[in-house]
Amino acid sequence: MTAAIEVTGATVRYGDVLALDDVGLTVAPGRVCGLLGTNGSGKSTLFKTILGLVPAESGRVRILGHTGTAARRRGLLGYVPQAEQVDWAFPVRVRDVVMMGRYGHVGPRRRSRPADTRAVEHALARTHLTDLADRQIGALSGGQRKRAFVARAIAQEADVLLLDEPFAGVDKRSEATITELLLQLRDGGRTLLVSTHDLAQVPALCDEAVLLQRHVIARGSPEEVLRPETLMAAFGVRAQEEGSPWTP
Amino acid sequence: MDTLITGVVDWFTVPLQFEFVQRALLVAVVAGVVCAVLSCWMTLVGWSLMGDAVSHAVLPGVVLSFLFGLPFAVGALVFGAGSVALIGVVNRTSRVKEDAVIGVVFTTMFALGLVLVSRVPSQTDLGHILFGNVLGVSDADIWQVLVLAAVVLAVVWFKHRDLTLYAFDPVHAHAVGINPRLLETLLLGLLSVTVVVALQAVGIILVVAMVIIPGATAYLLTDRFERMLAIAAAVAALAAVTGVYASFHLNVSTGGSIVLAQASAFTLAYLFSPRQGVLRRRRIRRPRPRAATAS
Ligand SMILES: Nc1ncnc2c1ncn2[C@@H]1O[C@H](COP(=O)(O)OP(=O)(O)O)[C@@H](O)[C@H]1O
Ligand SMILES: [Mg+2]
Repeated sequence: MTAAIEVTGATVRYGDVLALDDVGLTVAPGRVCGLLGTNGSGKSTLFKTILGLVPAESGRVRILGHTGTAARRRGLLGYVPQAEQVDWAFPVRVRDVVMMGRYGHVGPRRRSRPADTRAVEHALARTHLTDLADRQIGALSGGQRKRAFVARAIAQEADVLLLDEPFAGVDKRSEATITELLLQLRDGGRTLLVSTHDLAQVPALCDEAVLLQRHVIARGSPEEVLRPETLMAAFGVRAQEEGSPWTP
Repeated sequence: MDTLITGVVDWFTVPLQFEFVQRALLVAVVAGVVCAVLSCWMTLVGWSLMGDAVSHAVLPGVVLSFLFGLPFAVGALVFGAGSVALIGVVNRTSRVKEDAVIGVVFTTMFALGLVLVSRVPSQTDLGHILFGNVLGVSDADIWQVLVLAAVVLAVVWFKHRDLTLYAFDPVHAHAVGINPRLLETLLLGLLSVTVVVALQAVGIILVVAMVIIPGATAYLLTDRFERMLAIAAAVAALAAVTGVYASFHLNVSTGGSIVLAQASAFTLAYLFSPRQGVLRRRRIRRPRPRAATAS
């Protein structure tokens, strides 16, 4: 079967900083893969590599069998950015953001047709944002903001979703809501790659997990990857000293 | 009372009897509105310095146009777009940070313009280029302004959703197969043309104000992009009219008056904006005792 996400031998450097070192990753369709790693471990860089935003020194990306460019042109890739990447004071409404998910489907003026409006309404309803749709995007809670961008990916009808730190800055109840929403999307046949440096939601959400620290340190079921021995082997005493979220 | 009313009416109607005032109003309002529309994206993308750069960098182009008897817009566009491209190249191929690259390129271009001006026969033209001469625009100037303004507004009308997408989330644009680099280039191209339009109204030195202040003012007043465009355009049109009249009656610089009028609008928004104004926010944060107990 064709993998939904397939990365082989990706090496990425920012000047002198080696951000990814020979990273390989395969996610089968309809699965949720957790991308785990501390801050600076290269999670966002891997997303950018999959999106074709950073030139990889070497390596190959395939999305459902397509090259990156072909996959983007088909709108297969939905991206939910890390909170720090978004200008929350930008004068757009939640509805406008979700409509941007349709821009790959419409003509060069990006004028919405009734079908696009319906897709947006549907995405808003699925993410329970219908009542908040006319708010400015920054006038939402942390969890609602994440859901707005998930709604954009739903409106886009993306088959593969990349979510960068969807649980950062989100309270416990919203975490559960988001997890439930993402599992519904998976059950609908979508593939999700979810990065996080906070492990609380991993067992409930992920079918498999990858531990990243510039290169892949461990992969397997969440139970395997989250075993204290694995984490300790990966990060050793240093992780404990620095009080990282990895310490069991 | 009657004399007061006649006075006010005269204040508005007397200048209109002069053809040069009518032309100045036309150019100032058109240039103001075009700049204002673009300023909304400039504010959101954070390109104020880029606006400053492009406006200064067109000077050699304008001077060369004079020397060769070309429409001034031709040289200005070549040098405006050329400088933007140069900034891009140096930025990508050196470790120097972008703001420094911008600073180097635009001052160099401006200096080149000053040197070239020494070769231009009439020195009075330099004053007009630098500080604007809207009360003395020729027919040819008016036509250049109108045509370029129409081009900018048409492109913006066709591509405004893409430009907003670029300003808000270029990564998403890329992810759905819309090239953000192309949109960036388009926005820079629009900026170059807009600067040329505004040169006529306020001159090189003050153009940057026209492509920042209206957008920044509107941003303080609304959370909706479409309203931001409308408010910015209205502020700029009002400021253009106010500036031209003030300049006529007080015999002061027209460009200076227009920009001061825009700055007054910004100051009012900064102080009194219902949501963003500093005075309002202070009042909301520290409610007076009476207000606190009223409900
Ligand atoms: N644009 C950039 N320029 C230079 N270095 C970068 C850039 N982006 C990330 N890095 C570096 O690459 C490494 C990986 O960063 P990142 O992918 O953001 O990690 P994560 O998302 O896991 O926190 C870090 O050392 C970071 O400092
Ligand atoms: Mg990150």
